[in-house]
Amino acid sequence: MSRLLLPRRGLIAAGAATFGSALLGGCDQLSRSPSARRLLVSAETLTQASQRALLSGQPLAREFAPEQMSRVFRANGSTMPSDPAYQRMLDNGFADYRLEIGGMVRQPLSLSLPQLREEFPARSQITRHDCVEGWSCIGKWTGVPLADLLARAELADNARFLVFHCADDLGRESALGTRYYESIDLFDAFHPQTILAYGMNDAPLPTEHGAPLRLRVERQLGYKHAKYVMRIEAVESLSDIRGGKGGYWEDRGYAWYAGI
Amino acid sequence: MNAQEPAAPRERIYRHTLATRITHWINVLCFSVLLLSGLQILNAHPRLYWGEAGANTDPAFISFYAVEDESGALRGFTKIGALRFETTGFLGASRVDGEMTARGAPSWLTLPTYRDLAAGRRWHFFFAWLFVINGLVYLGFGVANGHFRRDLKPSKDELRPRNLWADIKKHARLHVPRGQESKRYNTLQKLAYLATIFIALPVMVLTGLTMSPGMNAALPFLLDIFGGRQSARTLHFLSAGALMLFVFVHVFEVFLAGAWNEIRSMITGWYEVKPEKKS
Repeated sequence: MSRLLLPRRGLIAAGAATFGSALLGGCDQLSRSPSARRLLVSAETLTQASQRALLSGQPLAREFAPEQMSRVFRANGSTMPSDPAYQRMLDNGFADYRLEIGGMVRQPLSLSLPQLREEFPARSQITRHDCVEGWSCIGKWTGVPLADLLARAELADNARFLVFHCADDLGRESALGTRYYESIDLFDAFHPQTILAYGMNDAPLPTEHGAPLRLRVERQLGYKHAKYVMRIEAVESLSDIRGGKGGYWEDRGYAWYAGI
Repeated sequence: MNAQEPAAPRERIYRHTLATRITHWINVLCFSVLLLSGLQILNAHPRLYWGEAGANTDPAFISFYAVEDESGALRGFTKIGALRFETTGFLGASRVDGEMTARGAPSWLTLPTYRDLAAGRRWHFFFAWLFVINGLVYLGFGVANGHFRRDLKPSKDELRPRNLWADIKKHARLHVPRGQESKRYNTLQKLAYLATIFIALPVMVLTGLTMSPGMNAALPFLLDIFGGRQSARTLHFLSAGALMLFVFVHVFEVFLAGAWNEIRSMITGWYEVKPEKKS
């Protein structure tokens, strides 16, 4: 009996393993296939549309009490841009730093850090930062609401997105370039918690967290929160910029709408 | 059975409606993809916390990790609270193309098999939508055609401790129902289905949504229900584990009761009643 059963059992196990690996291999192939990918990506439109409908009243992301702040706030992605121009600014305490706001605006701006601090209202918020990898940290951010900057820059009527050009590079050289960038639309740009933070946890923004200025767009995942922001460009479409998907990670397959 | 006796035609009953059958198989597909792509997503940070926040320097409630031993070999561990188990080859560290690699879940349990968080998320969210739509269709039909009331709701009598205990004993003895008894679901079966449909699967969806920063702003009470985003992530994982357990028992019972007849009934709807044993 056992003599008969054992090879059969072995056969079933081998069969199951072959079937399983063929199935997984097939899924790997599907993961790489452009048409399967387009189908899967269609769900992102559905997610964005439903979340935007639920967020139409522009509710705030939850803000936390100081005692809930993470003892260590994990720094991810770039923690020290290697760009020599950035290094020079860092050595100089960002005295020469200017945030450039251009593109489809009537009043292009060039603002120093003291100007950002003194000429605009400041907002502080203790929020949870959620990485796409799964972890979260709670920290306090202080900065200037993007809406106030855009009011002064006078956004053109056909401007639909804001692109954040950064000083840091990630990954290996590719056709898409290595410089980090991100983008948001006007729905998030004018949200009261969307700020350009120059302070973190009641101190100047540390280098590893994006000094001198990082975007906070609280209802989306961490990769939208561009660090080392040098220039903000108002545009009508994202398709002509870099990989055309609106961000460093978006050009590498991540969703542009990162609310989930 | 006596050789002279003519074989009586076996009784067949129409057990599963078309809606149940279609939604069942779509659900099999969704569950498989969600499980495998979910483990791909977990592998990006195979540490689970309790509360609102949690990252590498915070204590993890459950974690899968690899350490190099004195000989330089990679060993995988699973930690649950203060308990630590070596799980080399399966969790924490497993072979990728023959080479031991630090990895939460092994490559044969992730979709895709290679590390690609973006692809895992694409699979997961597409099939999460399909799963929710399919689940709503199933619930709609279940309420409308009386499936839940007629087939799944246990009677007061069935829920008496004495009857429950009897049912537990029957299961422990791997008793296979025949005849009249096999035409209806037994009590434990009903309770398992109800707990899966009305507790585990909704918890799965809601804890999934609680991990979304967009949903947190739209429906902040979700954070309060599950005790924070990281708690929700942990519960999402545990609830997936409970569903895995359900699937194992479910498939085991299908084989126990007669795989061909059971699977056929979920394809054609028709279930062949096993004749009572002649004593």
